[in-house]
Amino acid sequence: MVWAILSILVENKPGILFKVTHLFRSRNFNIDSISVGVTENPELSKMTITTIGDEKQIGQIVKQLDKMIDTIEVKRLDDKKTVFRELSLFRVKVSKPSDSMEINNIANSFGAKAHDARKDSIMVELTATPEQINNLQELLAPYGILDIARTGVAALQRGGD
Amino acid sequence: MEKISGARSLIKALEKQGVKEIFGLPGGANLPMYDELYKSNIRHILVRHEQSAAHMADGFGRVSRRAGVCFATSGPGATNIVTGLATANADSAPMVAITGQVPTAMIGRDAFQESDIIGIANPVVKYSFQPTKATDIPEVVKKGFYIAETGRPGAVLIDIPKDVQTNEAEMSFPEEVKIRGYHPWTDPDVVAIEKAIKLLLSSTRPVILAGGGVIISSAFAELQSLAEMLMIPVVSTFKGKGAFPENHALSLGPIGMHGHAEANKIMSEADCVLAIGTRFSDRSVGTFAEFEKNLKIIHLDVDPAEIGKNQTTSVAIVGDVKASLRIFVKLLMQKAFKKTEENEWLKHVSEVKQYWHDNLKIPQGELTAARIMRKLREVMPAQSIVTTEVGQHQMWASLFYDVISPGTFFSSTGLGTMGWGFPAAIGAKAARPDLPVVDIAGDGSFNMTENSLATSVLDNLPVIVFLVNNYTLGMVAQWQRTFYDRRMIGVDQKRCPDYCKLAESYGAQGIRVGDLNELGQAIKAGLKSDVATVIDIPIDPEEDVLPFVAPGTSLKDMILPS
Ligand SMILES: Cc1cc2nc3c(=O)[nH]c(=O)nc-3n(C[C@H](O)[C@H](O)[C@H](O)COP(=O)(O)OP(=O)(O)OC[C@H]3O[C@@H](n4cnc5c(N)ncnc54)[C@H](O)[C@@H]3O)c2cc1C
Ligand SMILES: Cc1ncc(C[n+]2csc(CCOP(=O)(O)OP(=O)(O)O)c2C)c(N)n1
Ligand SMILES: [Mg+2]
Repeated sequence: MVWAILSILVENKPGILFKVTHLFRSRNFNIDSISVGVTENPELSKMTITTIGDEKQIGQIVKQLDKMIDTIEVKRLDDKKTVFRELSLFRVKVSKPSDSMEINNIANSFGAKAHDARKDSIMVELTATPEQINNLQELLAPYGILDIARTGVAALQRGGD
Repeated sequence: MEKISGARSLIKALEKQGVKEIFGLPGGANLPMYDELYKSNIRHILVRHEQSAAHMADGFGRVSRRAGVCFATSGPGATNIVTGLATANADSAPMVAITGQVPTAMIGRDAFQESDIIGIANPVVKYSFQPTKATDIPEVVKKGFYIAETGRPGAVLIDIPKDVQTNEAEMSFPEEVKIRGYHPWTDPDVVAIEKAIKLLLSSTRPVILAGGGVIISSAFAELQSLAEMLMIPVVSTFKGKGAFPENHALSLGPIGMHGHAEANKIMSEADCVLAIGTRFSDRSVGTFAEFEKNLKIIHLDVDPAEIGKNQTTSVAIVGDVKASLRIFVKLLMQKAFKKTEENEWLKHVSEVKQYWHDNLKIPQGELTAARIMRKLREVMPAQSIVTTEVGQHQMWASLFYDVISPGTFFSSTGLGTMGWGFPAAIGAKAARPDLPVVDIAGDGSFNMTENSLATSVLDNLPVIVFLVNNYTLGMVAQWQRTFYDRRMIGVDQKRCPDYCKLAESYGAQGIRVGDLNELGQAIKAGLKSDVATVIDIPIDPEEDVLPFVAPGTSLKDMILPS
């Protein structure tokens, strides 16, 4: 099983997100994360989908997406040549005064920011790779994670490729 | 410029597209379209159920290779065509379905007869449109036909809210359309074709597998030239039945679950296959892993997503069958290779063919499957169009009715939709009124759309219903006999209805036959009749379709008649 980042340029029309996600459903493919936004051309949007499957499945996903009439370009990004980031927000429980300090320290070591510090909770924001976010989550878990929001990956291939 | 309504622009766009007939049934949400159709020369063919309208459009499309058109109203009218869309799309048949929708301002309010048909139909259409402005309609129609008819054909849905039909605007009608994300044709890669030829010439046991794509592309002459130049035996999928004349010395017929014994045998012995326009369905190949064992696969298909989907290929050629086969033939003519009229493989192939011709056991009796199909073949002119329903009779047609004139045999194969054959036959007749059309039917399937008799009679589209009547959902009964220890449930039709009376009540002709001679007479009467003819042919409900490759087993493991 491999993890793949797909960058899909689509018509910016109503219903496209539905069609793309429906394709994953009807062909029994997985969506690990998905993010959508308009591009420099307002007629087009860019979807970034991360998915997990074997090489054959991922090849099929790319071809089936490519076949869709509303997709302009489907690229499987090479994760070594790609900058990919996800934004995550955690609300973490503060049970005793020292927690607050420790959570801040963990956040700092990831380059994450702390927000909305309260007596009983603190919010941590991290923009990083999904893997780094998972690591942060693991370290925050012992304090008690009250809530999480993650955006899914946005990705761009580095220049020159 | 003069202002016209969206509905007017729709009909005008359809006229410009060359549409001459529309199959449909009106309702509140498509009344404006119907009002414009009233003023047009396009012929409206009224159905008794919208599903049949879709199947008629599908039959029309497969035969004419131009999208057939059907109309339905919103809500239940639209949901009634879903099976028709799915059936056409599964078999890559060109079709444009146009539905009325509640007015834009009512969408999302659970309005009367509102259904989200775009959402419902999404996974079973090639593409769908819901124009939001009247001025969008001409372009949407043009794009709809373009998408339905090009590349790998399919079903297109156009859902038009009522206000978009009635709004008036100045309209312009595009002569051509471009769709940024749609590239239906790829020029076949000559290098890949050269590789394919090399592989075919160097293999010792090559076969050609002709799929539905050969018929869709109508590449019959090209296929025949290639097979004869290379002297390679030709098997087909069931959908590809009759892509190659089945009375040709190199023809072995369909492979698969109910394939011809000789075709399955030779297919499993082959070391190289040129698979043309086929998607390697599980019904064709048995098990994927077993099929590709010791077999080099050359796969030619217009849809790149089909390459490698189910089988691993040695050489892939993406392109139209006709265009690609022309290159094959051209390259072969340039090469001064010697074709072998005789070799070990061909000798073996004809022995196998002869063996099964002589030794396939068929049940004794007067009206048995094999004998009635052969009688039908004997009496029908070679170029007649055949449709089928779904079940044992369909497989018997595959086994015992030889298609001589390529591209004259049509069946719902991908979805296997009971009730498809009769309306599809009527649609075929609308496309080719000059040719005899016969629906090889089962009683259960005919029940599903038999009310199309009204359309056949009243709209003067006479076809023959060759009703293989076991008063049983026979195919299911066969599975219950074979895999469920004869625990028969839900299959007995209890000798209901009387099909002759049924036919007569619609003003059609009903003939019950008792022997082969009467059957021959009845077919002849049907060929001469100007109303539909239902030929009720009683057969033994216990007769099985054999050979049978049980699901999950390989083509080698045929169950044979004992
Ligand atoms: C009861 C029942 C039993 C069945 N038993 C069998 C059986 O025993 N054997 C069997 O084979 N099938 C059987 N089927 C049918 C089976 O389900 C499939 O529908 C069938 O095998 C599909 O055949 P195909 O891939 O050749 O054609 P299609 O499904 O029509 O696929 C056509 C292929 O050609 C391509 N194509 C289309 N147009 C072009 C073009 N212009 N140029 C190039 N490529 C093109 C398409 O992309 C597609 O890949 C059975 C069906 C039923 C209902
Ligand atoms: C719409 C639909 N429902 C159910 C089935 C499952 N099915 C496949 S064959 C068959 C029996 C068909 O009976 P009949 O038309 O009488 O043909 P026979 O097998 O008896 O020749 C059934 C129920 C189907 N293919 N299509
Ligand atoms: Mg029956």
